[in-house]
Amino acid sequence: MRTLLFLIRKEYLQIFRDRATVFQIFFIPIVQLLLLSNAATFGITNARMHVVDLDRSTMSRGLVEHLVASGRFVVSSAVPSQEAANQSLLDREATVILTIPSRFERDLVRQGTAPVQLVLNAEEGAAAGIVQAYALQIIGDYGRQLGIELRPQTDPRIDPAPRAATAAFDVRARSWFNPTLNYKHYMVPGILVSLVTIIGMLLTAQNIAREKEAGTLEQLNVTPITKGQFIAGKLLPFWLLALVMFSLGLIAGKLAFGIPMRGNLLLVFFSAAVYLTVALGTGLWIATIASTQQQTMFVSFFVLVIYLLMSGLFTPIDSMPTWAQWMAELNPVKHFVVIMRAVLVRGADLSGIAVPLGALATLGLLVLTAAVRQYSKTHG
Amino acid sequence: MSALRGFVRKETWHLLRDRQTLGILILMPLIQVLLFGFAVRTEVDNIRLAIVDPTPDYRSVELRSRFGATSNFRIVGAVGSTAELQPLFESGQVRQAVVFEPRFAERIGRGEAVAIQLITDATDPNTGSIMQAYAMSVIRQYEAELARTAPRVRIVPQVQMRFNPTLESVNLFVPGLIAFVLTLTSALMTAISITREKEMGTMEVLLVSPLRPWQIVVGKVIPYIALGFGNVLLVLTAARVVFGVPINGNPALLLAESLLYIVVALALGVLISTVAPSQRVAMMAALAGLMLPTMMLSGFIFPIESMPAPLRALSNIVPARWFVIVVRGIMIKGIGIEHLWRETLVLVGMATTLLTLSARRLAVRLG
Repeated sequence: MRTLLFLIRKEYLQIFRDRATVFQIFFIPIVQLLLLSNAATFGITNARMHVVDLDRSTMSRGLVEHLVASGRFVVSSAVPSQEAANQSLLDREATVILTIPSRFERDLVRQGTAPVQLVLNAEEGAAAGIVQAYALQIIGDYGRQLGIELRPQTDPRIDPAPRAATAAFDVRARSWFNPTLNYKHYMVPGILVSLVTIIGMLLTAQNIAREKEAGTLEQLNVTPITKGQFIAGKLLPFWLLALVMFSLGLIAGKLAFGIPMRGNLLLVFFSAAVYLTVALGTGLWIATIASTQQQTMFVSFFVLVIYLLMSGLFTPIDSMPTWAQWMAELNPVKHFVVIMRAVLVRGADLSGIAVPLGALATLGLLVLTAAVRQYSKTHG
Repeated sequence: MSALRGFVRKETWHLLRDRQTLGILILMPLIQVLLFGFAVRTEVDNIRLAIVDPTPDYRSVELRSRFGATSNFRIVGAVGSTAELQPLFESGQVRQAVVFEPRFAERIGRGEAVAIQLITDATDPNTGSIMQAYAMSVIRQYEAELARTAPRVRIVPQVQMRFNPTLESVNLFVPGLIAFVLTLTSALMTAISITREKEMGTMEVLLVSPLRPWQIVVGKVIPYIALGFGNVLLVLTAARVVFGVPINGNPALLLAESLLYIVVALALGVLISTVAPSQRVAMMAALAGLMLPTMMLSGFIFPIESMPAPLRALSNIVPARWFVIVVRGIMIKGIGIEHLWRETLVLVGMATTLLTLSARRLAVRLG
C-alpha cells in the first residue's frame, strides 16, 4: 500500500510541475463544454431562402411573408431570376430556392390550385429533410388559410357541391420525455463524457509511453513492485484527476445550461468511477502494447473516435447496420451516456441503470485484466 | 539550399526507418474511413413506429401503408389505445406513434377536420425532430393526394433535392469523414516533430546548424506532405470504389485542394509543436484540442446554419469547415474553382499564416 502511495505521489508531482499540462487538463474540457454544447443541434432556425417571385402579387408576397414569419426562413435574395438563384445555391448563399410562377394568384383564384417550386441544397442530408418538412408545413397552412378567405369567391362550377375528401388533417405533434426539445440538456452530459474520456485516456496512455521511451520504465521494472501495483499506480492518479474534471464539468453544465439533476448524484459519481476505469484502462492497455509515444497517440486516437462516433452520441444507433449495433454494446461511452441521461434527466434509480452499469463493470474487469497480462516486467 | 535538401533527407529517413509507425500512419486513416463509412449514418432510418387505430378503415389503412412504404419507418405494431403506448416507449421498442381518430374515413368523406396525433420519443431531441419531420411529410403528402380528387384552393409544392436527390447519407458523410480524419492525423503527425527534438536535446544541434528557422519548419513538413497525400489517395479511392461516392467535379482539382489542405493541417501541427514545451502537451493539444471542435464545428455532423451566431463565427477558424465545403462541392455538387475560390483562398491564407507563425516562433527561440 505504501508503495502504491509513493507511486501516486510521484505521478502527481510530475503532472503538477508541468504548468502547461495542468492548464490543458482544466481549460480544454470546460471551454469546449461551454462552447460546443451550443453547436449540437439539427433544429434549423434561419434557412436562407432565395425567392424567385415571378408573380409579384398579394398572394405570392403573402406566401413569402408566411415563411419568414415562421422564424424558420430568411430571405437571402429576391432577385427574380432562376439563373441567379442557381448560382446562389452553388455558392452556398442560399439553402432553398422558392420559385413562385407567374399567374400564381390568378390560378389560385380561378382554378383553386397553383404550383410552387422548392429546390433544396441536399448537401447536408438531415438538414435538408427538416427544412423541407418545415416548408411543406408552412405552405400547406397558407393554402388552407387562403382557402378560407377565397371560399366565397370560389366558383361552384369548379368546386362542385359534395366536398368529397377534402381532408384537412389537424396533426398534433407531441414530444414525449423532452417536450421542449431542449437539445442542451441532452448533449451536455454526452459532450462532458467525451471530453473527460479524451483527456483521461490520452494522459494515461501517454504517461506510460513516455516512460518507455525515456527508459525510466526499466527502472520501475527492476524495483520489487508487482504488476498489479504498477497498473494501479499508473491508473489511480489519472482516475482521480478525471473524476475531478468530471465534477467541474457537471458544475459548469449546471451553472451554464441548467442541466437537470433529478436522480441521485452519488449514483452518477459511482457510475463515473466505474466508467473511468474502463476508459483509462483502455489507454493503459494501448500503451503497454505500442512502442513509441507517437504510436500510442495514434492508436488512442483511433479507439477514441470509435468510442465517440459509434456511441450514438452524435448519430442514431438505430440507423447503424446490425454488426455495428453489436459493436456499440461493447462501447463504454454508450453505456455511460445512457446512465448519465437516465439518472440526471429521468431521475432513474439503481435498478433503472443496472444493465448498463453491469456492462461497464464487466468491460472494466476485462480491460484491466488484459492490461495487467499484457504488461510484462521483463521486456520493458 | 543544399542544407535544406540534406535536412529533408534526414527527416525522410526518420520517417521511413520506423516501419511499425509508418504502417500505422498509412493504414489508420483508410481503416477509419472504411469502418465509419460503413457503420455510421447521420440519417434517421428504421424508425420503429406504432399505430393506434381503434377502428381501422380503408383510409387509415391506406395512410398506414404509406408509412410502411418508406425506408425510414418500420411499423412494429398496432395497439388499441394510447394508454398501451407508454410501456412500449419506455422500453424503447417504439420510437414514434401515429394515433388515428375513430371513424377516420367517414370524417374525411364528410370533409370534416380530422385529427391525427403524432407522438415522438424526443429523448434525443435531434433525432426526435427529424422523426417528426419525416412523419409530417408522409401525412402531408397523403393529405395532398386526397385533396387532388376535390379541387379547392391549394398550393402544390414541387420539391427537388438538388445535388443528392436520394439524400444518400454515404455521399454526405464520407466527404466530411475524410476531412475529419485527415485533419487529425496530419496535425498529430507533425505536432511532435519539433517538441521531440526539444525533448531529446537535438534541437540545439539544429539551431546551431546553418539552417534558417523557416527551413527547419519546411523541412519538417515536406516528408509528411508526401505521406499525407498518400493518405488522400487511399481514402478518396475507398470513397469512390467502396462507397460509390461520385466524383462529379474535376478529380485534378480535388487532389490539388486536398494537397493544399494537407499542408494546412500539417502546418497546424508544426505550430502546436513550436509552442508546446513537451511532447505530452503537444499531443494533447493536437488531439484533445482539435478532435471535438473539428467534429462539431466543421459541418461534418451538425449543420453550421443551425448554430448560434457566435459559434458560426467561431467555425470560420476551423480549417476542416472549409475543406468539407470544398470536398462536398467537388465530389457531390460537381462545381469548380469558380464557386470555390473563396474557400480555397481561406485555406491558402491559413497555410501561409500557420507556417509563418511557426517560423516566427522558432526564430524567437533562437534569440
